[in-house]
Amino acid sequence: MTEFLFFLEVVVAGLLAGTMYSLVALGFVLIYKASSTFNFAQGAMVFFAVLAFVGFMELGLPFVVAFFVTILLMGLVGFCTERLVLNPLMNQSEDTLLMATIGLGFVLEGLAQAAWGVEVRRLDLGIGDFPIPWIIDTTGLFISALDLTAGLVAAILIVGLALIFKYTKMGLGLRAVADDPGAASSIGIPLGNIMLLVWTAAGIVALVAGMMWGARAGVQFALVDLALKALPVLIIGGFSSIPGAIVGGLIIGASEKVLEVYVGPYFGGAIEGWAPYVLAIFFLLWRPEGLFGEKIIRRV
Amino acid sequence: MVQARNFPIGDPILEVKNISLSFGGVKAITNTSFRVLSHEIRAIIGPNGAGKSSLLNCINGIYRPQEGTISLKGEVLKKNSPNIVARKGLSRTFQNLALFKRMSVLDNILVGRKLHMSANFLEVAFRLPGATREERENREKCEEIVEFLEIKNIRDTPVGRLPYGLQKKVELGRALATEADILLLDEPMAGMNVEEKREMCRFILKVNDEFGTTMVLIEHDMGVVMDISDNVVVLDYGKVIGDGPPDEVRSDQAVIDAYLGVAHD
Amino acid sequence: MNAKTVFMGYTRGDIVNFAVAIILALVIVPMVVKTDYWYSSILIPWLCLALAAVGQQIVMGYAGQLALGAAGFMAAGAFACFNLILRVPYIPFPLALVFSGLIAAAFGVLFGLPSLRVRGIYLMVATLASQFFIIWMIDKFGWFKNYDTSGIITAQDIVIFGKPFTTPLEMYLVVVVVVMVLTVLAINMTRGSTGRSWMAVRDMDIAAESMGISLLKTKLQAFAISAFFCGVAGALFAFTYLKSLEPVAFDIKLSFKILFMVILGGLGTINGAFIGAAFILLFPVLLNSIGNNVFHGAIDSTIISSIEQVVFGVLIIVFLIFEPLGMAKLYDNIKQKFRGGSAPKDKKKRELDAASSEAG
Repeated sequence: MTEFLFFLEVVVAGLLAGTMYSLVALGFVLIYKASSTFNFAQGAMVFFAVLAFVGFMELGLPFVVAFFVTILLMGLVGFCTERLVLNPLMNQSEDTLLMATIGLGFVLEGLAQAAWGVEVRRLDLGIGDFPIPWIIDTTGLFISALDLTAGLVAAILIVGLALIFKYTKMGLGLRAVADDPGAASSIGIPLGNIMLLVWTAAGIVALVAGMMWGARAGVQFALVDLALKALPVLIIGGFSSIPGAIVGGLIIGASEKVLEVYVGPYFGGAIEGWAPYVLAIFFLLWRPEGLFGEKIIRRV
Repeated sequence: MVQARNFPIGDPILEVKNISLSFGGVKAITNTSFRVLSHEIRAIIGPNGAGKSSLLNCINGIYRPQEGTISLKGEVLKKNSPNIVARKGLSRTFQNLALFKRMSVLDNILVGRKLHMSANFLEVAFRLPGATREERENREKCEEIVEFLEIKNIRDTPVGRLPYGLQKKVELGRALATEADILLLDEPMAGMNVEEKREMCRFILKVNDEFGTTMVLIEHDMGVVMDISDNVVVLDYGKVIGDGPPDEVRSDQAVIDAYLGVAHD
Repeated sequence: MNAKTVFMGYTRGDIVNFAVAIILALVIVPMVVKTDYWYSSILIPWLCLALAAVGQQIVMGYAGQLALGAAGFMAAGAFACFNLILRVPYIPFPLALVFSGLIAAAFGVLFGLPSLRVRGIYLMVATLASQFFIIWMIDKFGWFKNYDTSGIITAQDIVIFGKPFTTPLEMYLVVVVVVMVLTVLAINMTRGSTGRSWMAVRDMDIAAESMGISLLKTKLQAFAISAFFCGVAGALFAFTYLKSLEPVAFDIKLSFKILFMVILGGLGTINGAFIGAAFILLFPVLLNSIGNNVFHGAIDSTIISSIEQVVFGVLIIVFLIFEPLGMAKLYDNIKQKFRGGSAPKDKKKRELDAASSEAG
């Protein structure tokens, strides 16, 4: 029984960590849906956003103000990216756009470090990284308050965004743009506004993910590598599916923890670093379009 | 067609039997059968969306029909990929041009010689005598094709920079370079003016006459079809509605209703 | 390519270029360059990274497969070389180098397998797996590091035919000979039927297949050869530049660097690999010296490395937008200009020249 409880604990911790991957993956999906670009810079955006946030806090801005100023800044980043990088590369191959966003990632990482330095920052959100007594008492599970909060915030954000894109006029516009940008703009959907909104939304999820991770491990460059794990998440979930990003994140989060705890010891541990990628490869071989992606039919 | 041909039309070389193909729920080809005879020029006609290109893609192994069989030289093609079909002596061109855009005209045509070149990468890397000789011989062969198609002036230009008509010609050249027994030509004359079309017809007839290559071509221009083809297959909504010599097909009521009756010059 | 071939399929221009390269690398440089710094901090790392970039060029620039794991294969090569020399008695260094490349090539095939089903970012993620997996494997299994616990192992001395090559100049000579030989092999492949198959797969895979090219064979071959080049480059990098073996030296950052070398240098050109490697390597040196000499160290070194990152990123974007063929193309254009006086002024001829050099 205790063994099962332990297993459950591992799974829950994994799922909660997975919501973070979902969040970063969601940023990818939003941008992919709106502009058919794999935004490799999403990980750098996480780092950039949270470093900017901490930087604004250090300037003495109150929490909420710093939060919104950072969001504005991310909107600006999106605007510039759209104008300066993606527009000039319109009609180029997907690979070219991908390479451009790799370049963008480097720019963002460099800018963030040039502006706010390279040392690890502490970020205190006032939530401790310790087990919640109430949950231990009722279920016997040791679950960190920070993990739980992060998971809840991510869940609320994801559900909120999903609802917005499903039920609002803007969401409809976005889906139209995703389907056929030319047709969408010809019937009067403001392409520019939609793009700006999407990039801002991607910026918000990046910021939140960065804050949650930063609160646990400090705001540092390693966040970029952590965010890279959103890539296997996307492969499992499919690049164009919001539910896919969510489920993919949970799968990666849970399975990497379970593998680490139960399989890792046989291999000397620390398999978390590559296990998600290998998992993604097997997924690719089985279902290249991802769990929720549309089946790819190549027509000649 | 009156004078004696170097390669008289013979037995069936390609046989399509009851094939059906659908994408998701959309039927592209329904229970289609026909035979192509060796050394003939066979046209496939039909309105847009009739499944002509899908049919070629099935024959060449890009698509796998859900039902039916395709046999080449009496051998049933099962689970074939395009490179295996190519090995069995079938080559093709594509409707929307499928050239290697960043490569030169000559290099594009040289890729068509792939099956005639056997040096492995080590022989190529070390320029062993066999590889060098093979390269030289195949280059000469391609120069001949370049000469034949009268595109010598552009042989070193990357094909991506060429106008459409020339690209079509290069693609024909690449297909010719394979020296395949059967060529599938998917709208080889689309987008060409009368002059260019006449020239293309000349090439097709010349190749057929000189090498006995069996040609299966999709074409919209009825004048061209009537002029150069020995037999015509008419497709409509994924079904064969006519099959026979051009004159016969032209007077077939079903064909007229479905296709020829529609405003078409 | 228009010119007549005079020897083994090479044109007169090829042979002249090759002779110049040999004389420059083996005679002039050793005579002129006297400071060790130039050998051990500039020339040796440049040549090693350029060789890895040639490997990246083969899989990405020629075969069109977006792979991001060059550093992983370099690590495989480096540690293979260390273990071969350690465990195989009397193995000559060149042979150890070849086997290191082959071992890296085996990893290349393994992690190239996903390329048979996926492309673009999917493939990139799959190749990232190789990067993380190889580094982890070396790190976790003590055997690879001969159970050394310090984490940093000193590389053995290079001994060829009983003669040790330990001074910077001697090591440079080893590196330059290996790099030249492999580069010639790479050029031969890219100009021959092997390279044509790669490029055909890159430009239009379905048409390539319809011409009888097996995608399976061609892609895996490109991955294997690419990894071979990276493996040899990694072994040289560890033995002549780092002089030690540590997995962290081959982390994902190095893979990105090599990726940038080929993008900036120009995808699908061998000289682009060398130009790109020189730029990526020298630009930080330049920035640092500006920092030291112009601003007298007033700028923090971390700021300088951040600026370097921004510049690389911006350049990637700028080149993708304005000159996708990279610095190699710029270099060609400059060369054309210089030749302008003697070459025919006819615009068409020049265009054709540019076109053929691009295709080759």
